Amino acid sequence: MLLDRLAGRFLIFLARLLTGAYANWVGSRPEPQQRLYFANHSSHLDFLLLWGLLPPALRYRTRPVAGADYWNATPLRRYLIHRVFRGVLVERGRKDAADNPLAPLQAAIDAGDSLIFFPEGTRSQTDEMLPFKSGLYHLAQANPALALVPVRMENLNRVMPKGELLPVPLVCILTFGAAVALGEGESKSAFLERARQTILDLRA
Amino acid sequence: MSLASSLPVISSNVPEAARVQTLTLFMGIGAVLLFASVVGWLLRWRLGAGNAVVANLNARINAWWVMVAVIGLALLGGRTGVVVLFGLVSFFALREFLTLTHTRRGDHLALLACFFLFLPLQYLFIWHDWYGMFSIFVPVYAFLLMPFLSCLGSDTTNFLARATQTQWGLMICVYAISHVPALLALQIVGFEDRNLLLIVFLILVVQSSDVLQYVWGKLFGRHKIAPNVSPSKTVEGFIGGIASATALGASLWWITPFSPLAAAGMALLITLTGFVGGLVMSAIKRDRGVKDWGHMIEGHGGMLDRLDSVCFSAPVFFHAVRYFYVS
Repeated sequence: MLLDRLAGRFLIFLARLLTGAYANWVGSRPEPQQRLYFANHSSHLDFLLLWGLLPPALRYRTRPVAGADYWNATPLRRYLIHRVFRGVLVERGRKDAADNPLAPLQAAIDAGDSLIFFPEGTRSQTDEMLPFKSGLYHLAQANPALALVPVRMENLNRVMPKGELLPVPLVCILTFGAAVALGEGESKSAFLERARQTILDLRA
Repeated sequence: MSLASSLPVISSNVPEAARVQTLTLFMGIGAVLLFASVVGWLLRWRLGAGNAVVANLNARINAWWVMVAVIGLALLGGRTGVVVLFGLVSFFALREFLTLTHTRRGDHLALLACFFLFLPLQYLFIWHDWYGMFSIFVPVYAFLLMPFLSCLGSDTTNFLARATQTQWGLMICVYAISHVPALLALQIVGFEDRNLLLIVFLILVVQSSDVLQYVWGKLFGRHKIAPNVSPSKTVEGFIGGIASATALGASLWWITPFSPLAAAGMALLITLTGFVGGLVMSAIKRDRGVKDWGHMIEGHGGMLDRLDSVCFSAPVFFHAVRYFYVS
């Protein structure tokens, strides 16, 4: 436990040394409230930074959602995602219709944890944000009390573009906006587009 | 003098010849900062904790304490301490600079080379005293190799602009800043083992000039020099700041190889180039649409906000000293 926390601290230190990242709480404050942080996704450093910039008291109640195929591939990744980050793994590419990929997320929410979620589903290859997958909508619908906090992550696509092995040290800014709520009778596509737009509109 | 010379030897890395003078200087700087802190406390007490200008002033003074402490620690580490400190300073400055440039995915390798190849090599050459290499490494070898690395990304969109901006970052943040520790390599007859004091002279005079220009400008500033580039720079601040910093430099002649008159001349030279640096770096910030280079130092902004003047004055000071004092 202690070792896992130390490993987490060390990784956060490295990531911050490289990126000089800082959190800009514009629309919301770091408060002990159950939340789902949703952000644009461009590199493997994304959730490490978002997770690492939360105050420790919140950090250990906040679990990043990550792809099972990638994180279960090697022993080191398995150790990091299960023990250090306490991630929630989802299977990408649904095998049959009965299988609900959001079930592990819902279980974590029911247990009172906050989540870090990337609604694009994968890291963007270009500098453009991809359209959101429907997961965010279903989670919002099933959990009306959950605060959906948008986070804009700037420059991470330049620090470590998809496919590159080594990160370039550039300053990253994480801007936390005001929580977004699903409107009464709002359609799936309208909600997803609105949620995506809040991230695009967030400026430091 | 007597107090400084009676203190125990903390680090054997600071040569005996420079020890007493360095200690005396740092005690002087400590006294000035203590005075500033007391004034800051009084202002906060009189005007209240909610006053933004006073809060910023106090944040700046506190940051000065930290910066002086960091420089003092580096000096205790002698040559290696100074080279490592300015290597890190270059790293943070380059990080701030390149964050604001418009590089593309194809530049990834070139950017990696800037941080993890060119920067460490430049400081290694400085540490080794290899003048023939460190004085040309960035403008010749890095200059020619870096655009080639960008070519490997096979993306020609804005190629010249991207390459140019990255070159600028390297020149300012690595090459120029590395001339501060390079002062240790100068061999001046009669000034052996005291080169650390040249660094102290350079930084103290240039930074004081920035502060004095700010103070004179706040007190008497009327006519703006370049309102579109830097709204805080005024003719009154410029004249008062440069003149008083030059006087300060002249009064520090005893820690340098210069005569009092030459110390004034050197101080004038580096405060003028420092002013130019502040203006040019400010123009880049305006172009990029930001107020500060970063947020590393509370109250000051980024590393480059504090070092813009030193970036420009360090190479000029290095070559002026080398031309006039190294036989």
